[in-house]
Amino acid sequence: MRLFFAGLSIITGLATATVSVPVKADPAPDIGNWQSVLEQARGQTVYWHAWGGEPRINDYIAWAGAQVEERYGVTVKQVKLSDTSDAVAKVLSEKTAGVNDGGAVDMIWINGENFAAMKRNDLLFGPWVEETPNFDYVDVKGKPTVINDFTVPTQGLEAPWGMAQVSFYYDSARLDDVPKSAQGLLEWLVKHPGRFTYPQPPNYMGSTFLKQILTELVADPKVLQQPADEADAKKVLAPLWGYLDDLQPLLWRDGQAYPQNGASLRTMMADNEIDIAFSFSSGEVSSAIEAMELPDTVRSYVFDKGTLGNTNFVAIPYNASAKAGAVVLADFLMSPEAQLRKQDPQYWGADTVLAMDKLPADMQKAFANLDIGIASLAPADRGTVLGEPHPSWMELVETEWQKRYGVVQ
Amino acid sequence: MSSKSDHDTAAGSDGDTNVSNIGLELRQIIVRLDGRVLVDIDLGIAPGEIVTLMGPSGSGKSSLLAHICGTLPAGFEVSGQVMLKGKPLDGLAPQDRHVGILFQDDLLFPHLSVGGNLAFALPPEIRGRAARRRCIDAALESAGLGGFSDRDPATLSGGQRARVALMRVLLSEPCVLLLDEPFSKLDAELRDQIRTFVFDQARARGLPTLMVTHDPDDGAAAGGRIVRLA
Amino acid sequence: MLRFVPALTIILMIGPVCAGLIGTILPAFGYLPALGGNRFSVGPWQDLLAQPGLGISMRLSLVNGLAATLISLGVVVLFCAAWQGTRIFSVMQRLLSPILSVPHAAAAFGLAFLIAPSGWIVRAIAPLGGWDRPPDIVTLQDPLGMALIVGLVVKEIPFLLLMTLAALPQADADRTRKIALTLGYGRVVGWLKTVLPRLYPQIRLPVLAVLAYSTSVVDVAMILGPTTPAPLAVRILGWLSDPDLSHRFLASAGAVLQLLLVLFAIGIWFIGERLMAHWGCRWAQNGARGRGDDPIRTLAAGAAIVSALAVFLGLAGLLVWSVAGYWAFPEFLPRSFSLRLWMREYHTLGAALMTTLLIAGLSVLVAICLVLGCLENETRRSYRPGAGALVLIYVPLLMPQISFMFGLQVFFTGLGLERSLMSVVVAHLIFVLPYVFLSLADPFRALDPRYGQTALCLGASPMRVFWSVRLPLLTRAVLTAFAVGIAVSVGQYLPTLLIGAGRFATVTTEAVALASGGDRRMIGIYGILQMILPFAGFAVSLLIPVFLFRHRRGMGTQNRI
Repeated sequence: MRLFFAGLSIITGLATATVSVPVKADPAPDIGNWQSVLEQARGQTVYWHAWGGEPRINDYIAWAGAQVEERYGVTVKQVKLSDTSDAVAKVLSEKTAGVNDGGAVDMIWINGENFAAMKRNDLLFGPWVEETPNFDYVDVKGKPTVINDFTVPTQGLEAPWGMAQVSFYYDSARLDDVPKSAQGLLEWLVKHPGRFTYPQPPNYMGSTFLKQILTELVADPKVLQQPADEADAKKVLAPLWGYLDDLQPLLWRDGQAYPQNGASLRTMMADNEIDIAFSFSSGEVSSAIEAMELPDTVRSYVFDKGTLGNTNFVAIPYNASAKAGAVVLADFLMSPEAQLRKQDPQYWGADTVLAMDKLPADMQKAFANLDIGIASLAPADRGTVLGEPHPSWMELVETEWQKRYGVVQ
Repeated sequence: MSSKSDHDTAAGSDGDTNVSNIGLELRQIIVRLDGRVLVDIDLGIAPGEIVTLMGPSGSGKSSLLAHICGTLPAGFEVSGQVMLKGKPLDGLAPQDRHVGILFQDDLLFPHLSVGGNLAFALPPEIRGRAARRRCIDAALESAGLGGFSDRDPATLSGGQRARVALMRVLLSEPCVLLLDEPFSKLDAELRDQIRTFVFDQARARGLPTLMVTHDPDDGAAAGGRIVRLA
Repeated sequence: MLRFVPALTIILMIGPVCAGLIGTILPAFGYLPALGGNRFSVGPWQDLLAQPGLGISMRLSLVNGLAATLISLGVVVLFCAAWQGTRIFSVMQRLLSPILSVPHAAAAFGLAFLIAPSGWIVRAIAPLGGWDRPPDIVTLQDPLGMALIVGLVVKEIPFLLLMTLAALPQADADRTRKIALTLGYGRVVGWLKTVLPRLYPQIRLPVLAVLAYSTSVVDVAMILGPTTPAPLAVRILGWLSDPDLSHRFLASAGAVLQLLLVLFAIGIWFIGERLMAHWGCRWAQNGARGRGDDPIRTLAAGAAIVSALAVFLGLAGLLVWSVAGYWAFPEFLPRSFSLRLWMREYHTLGAALMTTLLIAGLSVLVAICLVLGCLENETRRSYRPGAGALVLIYVPLLMPQISFMFGLQVFFTGLGLERSLMSVVVAHLIFVLPYVFLSLADPFRALDPRYGQTALCLGASPMRVFWSVRLPLLTRAVLTAFAVGIAVSVGQYLPTLLIGAGRFATVTTEAVALASGGDRRMIGIYGILQMILPFAGFAVSLLIPVFLFRHRRGMGTQNRI
């Protein structure tokens, strides 16, 4: 028995030896003094919590990490999440346990409701974004969503690193004519019942579809830019419910089952379960063709009246352990070089947040020369970019949707 | 099942106290379980003597043996004293008692070879691989099992296994031998043969031997006193 | 020192679970200062009860849990009754054991691809019907949760079978069965009337574990279960991951409700047991021999074979997907094959596998040491099995993970014990140890105590008896427990991610993250990777004793599990 316990204590000892939770305060970097930020960042390890469902994106993140390590001595480790809310939960649990310094999450890939929630609950570090060098290149004028995340002002709490716009896609080998409006989609479905669906809200893509329809049907879209007012909401949302009442029975599986997320729509296209799908990036469709998930006859398009667009951001939690390192990484992500690679469908295929006219000439040229991919939409083909409604609308729509269509039994 | 010790044999109980400081003495042992008396016995066994303890199943014979070994599970209450060579055994750990026991199953360790089983029992004081090997070979030889050292016990016949089991006990240099229905699983012909072998070995080494059985033939073959538990 | 092992073990099991529960119950009643909840209220419960379809969600969880448990137990019992002691039995035993190493989610994905309207089975017959579109029928995510039940059943059958196999020797099944046969009973009826009553108490705990798991399952339910509405546990996860952090209160109330639901299911099961026992006693004595049981025997074998086949075909599907080029409906096989994705993952594989192995190895090692310590202590002090506080070890088995995970995370963070290898190992231990105990306790307690007595009387110290007699005799059981433990540890997602704070990328955390991308190819790759370690564990646990005891025939049958 003694040996047995000697073994046990050695194991415990070994394990204890590796406990070195560096719970020491990480002073807020002085962003105005960039040199001091770089110095503070050197040697730090940034744990970047980011959705990890796409190998290409993971590769891009690994590349960015390697660049930042080489240039600034900042180590980047991606914590691959299946859901961004896991990172939010982590920060929340740390706040609950009183860990206000030396937290586990240094940076989160975030936007929309998650950002709104973290901002509302004071879980973010900042402001820091607008003083970073590369923010100068960001197209604040032309792309207002880079500082208004789902209408919520970012106030320097998160740095923009990619644009997204809803686009629909279909297989041109199967379909000639595609509906280009909410009403058109309904009429098309009457003729082709069961050949379209959307991920089940509150999934992000599913909710986006509802918002897209709402934005198109609402009498005055401006009202959606304001926080929802319970009294008005009923009237504002009425057209959406009227539309969905007609649409639901025509959906795939009569609206009794739904795909889980946007990615499932791709699989369903390949399985010939549906004819029309949508995503938040036409570049993603090109990449899916490249990855042999979709046939090379798939093409993208947008609705005539435009589609919703928004911006992806990175934010730093209030208790991060490597704030300076995270700031340096975020700054690099906004650099022309990183943005160029991000827009290249060979690597990712997501649109840049930068303003072309602010860039040096050679970079402008490089962007112009990018081969954007077979199913990607050129800027000219993208139509109008519609603004995201205020997150409060989303909550109302999701709750009401659940009541109306979430229980079919 | 209740219980009084009933000495109904030729060698009367009066003789018991005469063997005061040699052999095995069970001084007024009473084993109880949940307040019920299982065994109540007072008995002395001289070196080389074989005493047969008989009784119906459930009369606590095995519990008595376990008590002598020191392996009686918690829950039993025991009073009285067990003395071996005049020294009390009570309170000693089982491995320090030098009490050898044989069960109706040979209980050879299936993961060890025949030689390994014997080596397990051989005291560590016998040092050196060669010396230990010699002891084991000699023991096997004396049991008519010369050359069996590397065999897998599972390949032995019942009689061979029984003999290995006995040699294993004897190699551990016990001062007393307990037999718990040791022959009941052997067939009739083999039983005689093994019985004789065991009794001869026990007598030759002058071991006080206590045998628990419900086979009257065992008692007869032992030729010693027969004690009945009711 | 040994005497403190049981207490230490129980503290390691109960402590974190209790802490986790407190961390769930407080927010369920409105207390969570980090989100401004400073006062107790029943608000979260009102919100919970106002959720549309809550009753249906509860019904789904309850009915699915009970049905999955009943069916898998039924198949295992019938199969044993009909075939124990035959060649088919040992063949099936070998076929079903590897399924234990298949992660639940991978098995579910495989099954989904098999039975979906656009899945393999339909693709096989599509050319006959000339279909170029999958039929518009509901086979997955059906409102009643049938697909979910099937998914659970095919995974739980191997587990219950393994547990039953371990218990058969103690129920003296072989001889009992033969006696029933000689009294003129049919195989199945004879077995049910004589062996089952002795067997069931031995496998009762694993059965309850299956019940608790099936009632609160999340991952399988997300893949195969209904979504309009989903079973309760899935909805709790949805509330937990809602961007609106105030949903935490609602989610916590839901988690408490989930716990109550599991307890309720166990209560129903207990009542069912009573009724069965009462009715079974009469049935056993009515003298009916049930000789014409061929149809039942065929049915039992058929059910077992179909369930194994479903998993294997599903896995084959995943394997094909992992090397598939473009693969559209109704093609039976992909148009082209490519190792591209395997190559792409190749460089991260090694690290993920090593991390997984390190965590699993350490937690299982500690678990086995503690369990052996508890059992050895029990033997030396001759406790009677089942008595005492040791049953508390099983609490984590019966506790829905979702009911205490958030609280557990806060607990570890509060202790400053997160992010380290040790804390992840401890978190895994909570889930690994009960299974290790489950697979080791019966063989240990079944070991003939006279081996130990004999060895002691031969002069061996208790320590030597443990190391030289009991442990070698239990080689198989220990190795099997090791393999089971590895499989459990490898499968842990939430504890690894939350307690490890993302510092430990295992094949499972990678798999779950990549599965959220929905590409069947990646799901296939990581599903297979997730299986590698557990499968290797089971293979090693079978091979080591074969090698060690190649000259010891007596070790072949003894302690076989």
